[in-house]
Amino acid sequence: MTDFLQLFFSGLATGSIYAVAALGFTLLWQASGTINFAQGEFVMLPAFMMLGFMSLGAPLLVSFVCTLVLAVFVLGWLFKRGLVDPLFKYGMMPIVVATIGLSIALRNGVRAGYSAEAHPFPSLFADRIYNIAGVTVTLQDIGTFALAMVIVMATQAFLAKTVTGRAMQAVAQNTESASVLGINVPRMIFYTFAINAVLAVVAAMLVTPTYLAKFDMGEGLGMKAFFAAIIGGFSNSRGALLGGLIVGVAENLASAYISPAYKDAVALLIFMVVILFKPQGLLGKKEERKV
Amino acid sequence: MKTANQKMVAVLTVLLALLALVAPQFLKNYGIYLMTYWLIFIIATMGLNLTVGYAGQKSLGHAAFFGIGAYTVAIMMKAGLSFWLGLPAAALICFAAGLILGFPALRVQAIYLAFATLGFNTAVWLVMRNEEWLTGGTFGINNIARPSVFGYSMEGNLPYYYFVLVVALVLAGLLWGLLLSPWGKAFTALRDNPIRAESLGVDIRNYTLLSFAIGAAYAGVAGALFASLVQFIEPAPFAVGASIMMYLMVVVGGAGYFLGPLVGAAVGVVLPEWLRDVPGVSDWYLPMFGAAVVLLMVWLPDGLLSIPDRLRAKRVAREASAARAAAASRIGAAS
Repeated sequence: MTDFLQLFFSGLATGSIYAVAALGFTLLWQASGTINFAQGEFVMLPAFMMLGFMSLGAPLLVSFVCTLVLAVFVLGWLFKRGLVDPLFKYGMMPIVVATIGLSIALRNGVRAGYSAEAHPFPSLFADRIYNIAGVTVTLQDIGTFALAMVIVMATQAFLAKTVTGRAMQAVAQNTESASVLGINVPRMIFYTFAINAVLAVVAAMLVTPTYLAKFDMGEGLGMKAFFAAIIGGFSNSRGALLGGLIVGVAENLASAYISPAYKDAVALLIFMVVILFKPQGLLGKKEERKV
Repeated sequence: MKTANQKMVAVLTVLLALLALVAPQFLKNYGIYLMTYWLIFIIATMGLNLTVGYAGQKSLGHAAFFGIGAYTVAIMMKAGLSFWLGLPAAALICFAAGLILGFPALRVQAIYLAFATLGFNTAVWLVMRNEEWLTGGTFGINNIARPSVFGYSMEGNLPYYYFVLVVALVLAGLLWGLLLSPWGKAFTALRDNPIRAESLGVDIRNYTLLSFAIGAAYAGVAGALFASLVQFIEPAPFAVGASIMMYLMVVVGGAGYFLGPLVGAAVGVVLPEWLRDVPGVSDWYLPMFGAAVVLLMVWLPDGLLSIPDRLRAKRVAREASAARAAAASRIGAAS
C-alpha cells in the first residue's frame, strides 16, 4: 500500500506538469482552432533560453522572468503572426503540418546550433525527502505538484473571474457574437497565445530538473500533453488538468506493476479507450458534424 | 481539362519510368542504392497519398505498416521461408492491420484520427522494441538476404534496383487504374464531403476502411522491399517520427497529386542522404527542412505540385480580367 501511495504521489507530480502543457494546448485550440504539434518544443526552447540567461550569470528566477518576456514574444506573438494568422483560413491541417515543420526545425536547430548533449538544470526546490506515515515523498515532487496546481488554478480563475478572461472565453465559444459585442477578438486571441507561452515556460522550469535540457526532450512531453488534453476533453480547460493527472499517475503505476518497457503505451491505451467510447473526452461536450 | 491533365500525368509517368530505366548507367553503386531507396519511399508514400490525399483520412501511422511489412519479411526469411512468400504476406498482413486501424477512423475524424493513428504507431514500435523473442528488440534482425528470381540472384544493387522499379511501376499502374475507377471517385467524394457522399449512396464505412487497408498494403510491400535492401532492420526507422516524415512528404509533394509522392520522397529522403556528406550542411538540413515546410504551408498549402495549377489559375484570371476590360471598353465605345 505504501508503495502504491508513493507511486501515486510521484505520478501526480509528473501528471501536473503534463496538465500545465496540456492546458496551453487546450486554450489554443479553443480560442483559435490551432493544434500545436510543436507544443513539446515550446517547452524545450524556454529551457534552453533559461540556461542561456543563467550562463550569462543571472540567477534562476531572473532568467525565468527574462525567459517569460522572450517566450511571450517568440512563442506567442511571432508564432501567431508568422504561422497561425496566414494559415488560419485554410482550416486545421495546414496549421498542423506547419507546426510539425516548426517542431522539426526547432528541435534540430537546437541540436545543430547549440548542443546535442543533455544539460543539467537547477531545481527550484531543495533536495529534501519527507517521510509521512511510511510514504517517502521528495520536496521536488510536492513543490512541482503544488506550483503546477497554483498555475492551473490561477489560469482558471483568470478565465472565469476577470473581464479579460471572460472576453477570451466568449471569443473561444463564439467569435462572431464576441466581435459584435465589441470584444477586440484579435487581441483576445493574442492573449491566449501569450498564456500558452507562459504555461510552456512554467512547464519547462518544472520538468527540466528531472528530464534534463535536451533538444529532443519535447518529443515525449508534447505527445503526453496531447493525449492528456484529449482524454480530459478538448473543449474544456478543466479537462486538461484531469487528463494530465490521469496520464501521470497511470503511467507511474503501470511502469511499476506491469512493465517499464510499455510505460509509454499507457497514455495511449487510455486515450484509445476514451476516444472509442467518449470521443469528446471525459469532461467534453459533443461537437456536431457540419456539412 | 481534367482529362488533358490526366493525359499529361500519364505521359510524364511513362517518361520518368524510361528515365529510371537508363539512369543507373550514369550512376555509381551508391547512387543506384539511393535510387532504390527513393523508389521504396515512393511506393510507401503512394499508399499514404491514397489514404491522406485522395480519401482525406489524416493518418499519422504509416511507418507502422512500413515496419510491419519489413519485420514480416525479415522474420519469415529468418524462419527459412522464401522472400516470394514474405512479400505477399507482408502486403496481406498490412492490409488486415489497415482494416483494423480503419475502425477508429469510422468513429473519429481529423485531428482525433491523427492522434489515434499516431498512437497505433507508438504501440507497434513498442512491440518491435520490446518483444525480443520475435523482433530481436533493439538489436534488430540482420543478414536479410535479397531474393533471386528464376535462379537469377538479385544480390547486386543494380538487379535489385530494376526489381524494385518493376514493383513500383506495377503498383503505380494499379493505383492509377483504381483512381480512374468508380472507387477512386468514391474516395475523393469521401474526402470532399462525407455526409453528402453518404446521402448519394457511397458506403462510407467500406471506403474508409479500404482507403486505410490499401494504403497500408502499399506500405507493407515497401517495407518488405526495404528490409531486403538494407539487409538489417531495427525499430528506429519505423518510429512515430518516420510516420510524421512520410506525412510531410505527401503534403510537401502535393497531397492528392498522382506524382506528389515522387517529389515528396525526393525532398524527404534523397536530399538529406545526398547532403549528408556535405560539411556544414548536413547538420542544418533538418532545421532547414522544417523551416521550408513552414514556408511552404504559408505560401503553397497544396504542396509543390500545385505550382502549375497556381500558375494556370493566375493566367486564367489574367485573361478573364483582360477580356472584361476589353468588353468594358467596347461597351464604353458603343454608348
